[in-house]
Amino acid sequence: MIPVLLIVIPLLSGLAAFFLKGEKGVKTWALLSTVITLAVSLLGLTVLNKAANLHTEVEWLPLLGSKFSVGLDGMGQVLCLLTAVAFPMIFVATWNSSYKNAHNFYAFMLLSQAGLMGVFLAYDALLFYFFWELALIPAYFLCSQWGGEKRIAVTFKFFIYTFIGSLLMLVGIIYLYLHTPDQSFALESFYKAVLTSKEQGWIFWLFFIAFAIKMPVFPFHTWQPDTYEQSPTAVTMVLSGVMVKMGLFGVLRWLAPVLPMATWLNGDTVALLCVIGMIYASLIAMQQDDLKRLIAYSSIAHMGLMCMAIFVTSDQGLQGVMIQMFNHGINIIGMWIVVELIERQMHTRKISELGGLAQKAPGLAIMLVVVALANVALPLTNAFIGEFLLFSGVFNSTVSKVGYVFAAAGGVTIILSAVYTLNMIQRVFFGNTNTLTGAMRDIKFNERFVLGVLVIVILVIGVYPRPFLELTQGSVDTILSRMIIKHPS
Amino acid sequence: MNAIVISAIWGVVMMFSGIFSKNNTVIRGTALTGLALLILVNILEMNGVLLFKVNLHGMLYFDSFNLLFNTIAFGSTFLYAILSGRDMEKVGRSVSDYFALIFFILCGVAISSSFNTLLMLFLGIEIMSIPLYILTGTDKRNLKSNEASLKYFLMGSFSTGLMLMGITLIYGAKGSFNLETISLGTGALTPMVSAGLLLLLFSMSFKVSAAPFHFWTPDVYDGAPTVFTSFMATIIKSAAFIAFLRLFDDAFGEMHPHWQLVVSIVTAATLLIGNITAVFQQSVKRMLAYSSIAQAGFMMFALVALNNLGRQGLIFYTAAYSVATIGVFAVLIKMKDYTFEGFNGLAKRQPVLAATTAIFLLSLAGIPGTAGFMAKFYMLAAAVSNGHVMWLVIVGVLCAAISVYYYFRVIQAMYFKEGDAQEMEVSSIFKALLVIMAAIVVLLGLFPQWLLDKLNYFF
Repeated sequence: MIPVLLIVIPLLSGLAAFFLKGEKGVKTWALLSTVITLAVSLLGLTVLNKAANLHTEVEWLPLLGSKFSVGLDGMGQVLCLLTAVAFPMIFVATWNSSYKNAHNFYAFMLLSQAGLMGVFLAYDALLFYFFWELALIPAYFLCSQWGGEKRIAVTFKFFIYTFIGSLLMLVGIIYLYLHTPDQSFALESFYKAVLTSKEQGWIFWLFFIAFAIKMPVFPFHTWQPDTYEQSPTAVTMVLSGVMVKMGLFGVLRWLAPVLPMATWLNGDTVALLCVIGMIYASLIAMQQDDLKRLIAYSSIAHMGLMCMAIFVTSDQGLQGVMIQMFNHGINIIGMWIVVELIERQMHTRKISELGGLAQKAPGLAIMLVVVALANVALPLTNAFIGEFLLFSGVFNSTVSKVGYVFAAAGGVTIILSAVYTLNMIQRVFFGNTNTLTGAMRDIKFNERFVLGVLVIVILVIGVYPRPFLELTQGSVDTILSRMIIKHPS
Repeated sequence: MNAIVISAIWGVVMMFSGIFSKNNTVIRGTALTGLALLILVNILEMNGVLLFKVNLHGMLYFDSFNLLFNTIAFGSTFLYAILSGRDMEKVGRSVSDYFALIFFILCGVAISSSFNTLLMLFLGIEIMSIPLYILTGTDKRNLKSNEASLKYFLMGSFSTGLMLMGITLIYGAKGSFNLETISLGTGALTPMVSAGLLLLLFSMSFKVSAAPFHFWTPDVYDGAPTVFTSFMATIIKSAAFIAFLRLFDDAFGEMHPHWQLVVSIVTAATLLIGNITAVFQQSVKRMLAYSSIAQAGFMMFALVALNNLGRQGLIFYTAAYSVATIGVFAVLIKMKDYTFEGFNGLAKRQPVLAATTAIFLLSLAGIPGTAGFMAKFYMLAAAVSNGHVMWLVIVGVLCAAISVYYYFRVIQAMYFKEGDAQEMEVSSIFKALLVIMAAIVVLLGLFPQWLLDKLNYFF
């Protein structure tokens, strides 16, 4: 029941929002809907945390062997929680922004939330594909209609990129479906599909390209900085905070356990791509003058690390990915909120034009510094836990013979990340004010509230991550056991 | 059988209705009644109720496959007639004649979906084509329309010639026109059979505008009055495909491995040429013409795979494609400017039109949640399960991604670009119909079960 509610609430409220009038009313409606979704998600984690509540299966297309099968395991819980937390945060943080045709804007936002929930909940491949695209279509409309100057061309590129990936994945899904013993799209049946290692090999790439484009992994990342830059910030938050996790999630649920042999065999190749992407993105991030592009490139580096950890699998690495998916979402949304607040007042995102904001907006500065330090993975912040596990997982990898090389190369990006993040803080928030930044006011209550909550989450997870790790341990065990059984050696 | 007789009779009725009434509404009403009747008798026939019992001498063969297809074709024509029927009046004065021709075409459609001998195939295709040549040229004062008509006629006759030659060769080799006799013992390819097969393949490729026999399509579609382009691109094309599939399935199915590669190459060429050329079009009408070539490429998958998934999928595809294309064309006919710029800002002036058009285009592009996705899914599944043509599947997938480019250009124009105010006469009934069609597209996409159930019941 819980999974169905998580999809249906945003879906229906989103459809209803198309017909609502008045900006204030729609905002309230959207916020209310997302708060209810959050409440349901929290109930599913606590009071109603029983197996009967967490899985639903209904006949959908019996002729094709596809069912409407949705469920929550530990990994699903984490990502659904992230989705459920992110949207009300975004709505509160951007409460003061006004959009043309606000009802459509909020409707599409809610629809994309429904799509995201569906992706994280689906236990049926066809259903997964449905929601995978359902999350994409609203994003297309959101970016194209409310984005920056070059929005149409940029969004187009983004859409075609991801659509190619999706279609390749569809071919892979169909192939697997035809090779399941009972002609079904269920995840369990996919596990049982009989494939030769050659077949696994090329289906692996069909799936991987789809997920790699979404994450994005080098060299499939070129849509990402442009899209992040041109999208309205609320949408960028959705894209970078939640939607990119679809790629990681896809690998964890539909790729690694389904095609374990190919995952082992291609692990080093993928890890190499990730490392190249991480270093390359970090170097480019250092050169950026635009705040949005800087964060976009830093995100490529962080996502690359998580992707690498999956492919040189170990227990710790996977645990790191699970917790870091959540942490990265929280941290990057925090970063975007700060950018949004600066841009709304200063009408610029150029680092070179800003300076001395801390004098005018001390509240904002404190919040930013915490979020930014979390982004750099300083101890006591949430990302430290995640990155520590990730690095130690990669370093101790039994799968890759050169895990320590990957870990070392990845370690360089931590340093680079500290360089560009601290440099950015220094140039934007410290130093002297100029004529532009002299007019900066400090943040309002709702913004303070959202950032405050984020900071609390960052610190709580940083200090006491155990509940999280316990929650996802089951999923990690399942994935690993699926993979180890098929270990080639 | 019901449908063939009734459509022929109703064609004559329509011709005379023009004499008895000058009122276009009456004429349109008569035509719609006829179409409703056709759908009704077809459904009756599917349930085993026959109005006419004629000894067919094995010339025609009715099974659930072609009856279901006929129902879909008549249903699409019905939708087409209520949506665009009024616009036929703008083409010329003889509305009753146009409807008469359409009924004759439907007679041809019914024959070419149920032929059992090559002779009936030929008759069906010709009955379908000749009225079409006339319809293409109905806009008599328009030079482009005349040119299109002539071009279509010459090309059509040429391909008919090829078909006859092919039929002759097959007859020479097998001594029969009957499909079953032809398929007997065709494991080995004799030169005569393979020449006949190739000629038939070429001529049918002409009819469905598969590359490299597609050159007439854009000019003819562009030149013909848009109301009739809509009809040609959907119902006629689907019917030609059903005939194509039946011919190659029933007569040459045994030889499938021999001709699979040729058909695969034709399919790949169709997909690539259709999609890539469509990208460069400046007029939405021409874009739709090329996109119909591209969609034909996807339908060819049924032929390449030649399995049950493909057969079912083709029916589904024709339904999904016809409804969406008729919808897009219905909106296009209302536009004064057929370029992409003409669609600029449509969402602001006509939100209902824009929203439904967007749904139709999403369906044509094959986005999940629409009928087009399920159709493409079936075609891909058919080809994947065949196993020998993975390269073609990848080509198809990449082409589907290209198609997003030109379909979404229209969506972009409607939603994200500012445009000048353009006066359009759109009745609320028209809008309501579009909404219903969009609902059909979405429902078929979310719950394809009810159409699939029908298919599965028969297969």
